[in-house]
Amino acid sequence: MPFRLAFLALLRHPARTMLALLGIAVSAALLLDMVMLSSGMRENFQGFLLLRGYQLRVAPKGTLPFDSEATIDSAATLVRRIQQLPGVSAVSPVLGAQSQASAGDSTITAFTLGIDPAVQGDYELLGGHDIADSVQLVVNASWLSATQRRVGDSVSLAVGYDPQLRTVLGQRTFVVSGMARFYYTATTQPTVAMRLPVLQAMGGSTRRDRVSLLMVKAAPGADAERVRSSIQQVSARVSAISLEGATAQVEQRLAYFRQLALVLGSISLAVGVLLVTTLITIGVNERAGEIAVLRAIGVAKRSIVWQVVTEGLVLSGLGALSGLAIGLVTAQWLERILADFPGMPATFRFFVFQPRDAGIALGMLAVAGVLAGIYPSWRAASLPIAGTLRREAVA
Amino acid sequence: MSALVQVRDLAREYTMGRGAVHALRGVSFDVEQGEWVAIVGPSGCGKSTLLNLLGAVDTPAAGSLTIAGERIDRLGDAAATSFRLRRIGFVFQRFYLMPALSAAENVELPMAEARVPREERRSRVAELLGYVGLGGRAGHRPSQLSGGEQQRVAIARALANRPALLLADEPTGELDAATGLEMIDLFRRLNRDGTTIIVVTHDAQMAAAAARRIQMRDGAIVPEASA
Repeated sequence: MPFRLAFLALLRHPARTMLALLGIAVSAALLLDMVMLSSGMRENFQGFLLLRGYQLRVAPKGTLPFDSEATIDSAATLVRRIQQLPGVSAVSPVLGAQSQASAGDSTITAFTLGIDPAVQGDYELLGGHDIADSVQLVVNASWLSATQRRVGDSVSLAVGYDPQLRTVLGQRTFVVSGMARFYYTATTQPTVAMRLPVLQAMGGSTRRDRVSLLMVKAAPGADAERVRSSIQQVSARVSAISLEGATAQVEQRLAYFRQLALVLGSISLAVGVLLVTTLITIGVNERAGEIAVLRAIGVAKRSIVWQVVTEGLVLSGLGALSGLAIGLVTAQWLERILADFPGMPATFRFFVFQPRDAGIALGMLAVAGVLAGIYPSWRAASLPIAGTLRREAVA
Repeated sequence: MSALVQVRDLAREYTMGRGAVHALRGVSFDVEQGEWVAIVGPSGCGKSTLLNLLGAVDTPAAGSLTIAGERIDRLGDAAATSFRLRRIGFVFQRFYLMPALSAAENVELPMAEARVPREERRSRVAELLGYVGLGGRAGHRPSQLSGGEQQRVAIARALANRPALLLADEPTGELDAATGLEMIDLFRRLNRDGTTIIVVTHDAQMAAAAARRIQMRDGAIVPEASA
């Protein structure tokens, strides 16, 4: 009966209940988005790094991959030595540079990757075919659009352009063999991939036998952390970073962002609690006479408390479910805005829906619903029966 | 055999500002099983305070109060609540039915609280609504019932858990004269069927219908002639 009375109490003022539900739904949506954003970035970052199963990154000592212009020298030897380590399944060397291609009267600058097509972990081929020889390139849609070229076209690429001297270190003609989606560059960033030795040769002596990073895949069953430790012992010139290490570093950099998400989420939760508390307290005040009568005819305090807490739970529960839907729609909308942020990798997602996140948000709102019901239920249960009935009679 | 209700030297004070108001002063009386007693007197004489004490919704400052062999002036909140649920039936001047519940659900409410099995509840509701003449109005909400009908539902609710004592506070106060007379007839029938009733009333006809009147003034019982 307390549950039925709780539902009926909420249905007594449908407009007020609907407005309250809407308010809680908005609050719940914000909370869900903040939880999705806060944990989603970390989870997604791990998935982002693991797209091709490379758990480890080897970068010049003290840097993050592509964090600086620093490169690793004597790369071929290092790759060979790492390949021979127990537990290593594959090593993918990557060199990053800028290349220029002409497009009519303008020059298009592209982020250029030197890779080993057999073990590359940087792109997914969408059309054409992969790089088969030294004159072939794989590019992204943004590059094709900017240079107004198509798969199969020839193009002259220059590397090591010096704007002061107007000279380049190397220039060659390539054939665009395929179009790809690059995982770690922005969709809007023109990007090109070619064989690593070709890019090294085009860079002249400054790039010879150098790479920007190595991506290392541990063999199935091998302990990635142990492999990382072995790599670290192979060379003191490099930092081997595991997925966990990279995540920790990124988390450190995103700490302020996560704190902000936490604060905003907490505020939205507090607003939800206050909203429900206020609404139920108003309802309890309006029904003081009825509650006193219920107590007078023998309804126990705990039944009154249950009734009022149930009102809070029903409001929070229905609001949370509506908020779940609103939160998911809002997250998609915000994701589209953030995806257009300059330099954002195409595959990176800020909002990752996980049932666990929804569970956390719903759980927090359920707790909030109970908390919101505590004050009004205490107020309802402690109404002086005789005094309240007397006041009601006078009123 | 002892009386169903034994009131001894009952006192109740209220604090108002810096002073104390003596709402009841040394009230003593007995009510026998099956008796119908009307408590009468001018407004503010302590009638409702006495009824609240009899109904265990208030506690006395002094004196003792025994109903059906149980000292209720010493009960804690939980025990008093349980006592009200099982041993007392309350009828209020303004009916105080739950507006969102049907007549049947209002009558069922105290039985649900007392954990009476559903089937038993349903059959008791039908019996009680039939008794008060509302067998055909079980599904109606209070807003769909007249004042007299609402008070009948309130009486059925008060009888739901077969209380030892029915307490009524101005039960005809909100009713027109004709409906008030119907209510007096219903109380008469209830009493004839064995219900012990204590009614607080200003209604002369209701008071006259009771087997005995207790006259109060200034918080004390006075002889009827001196009223």
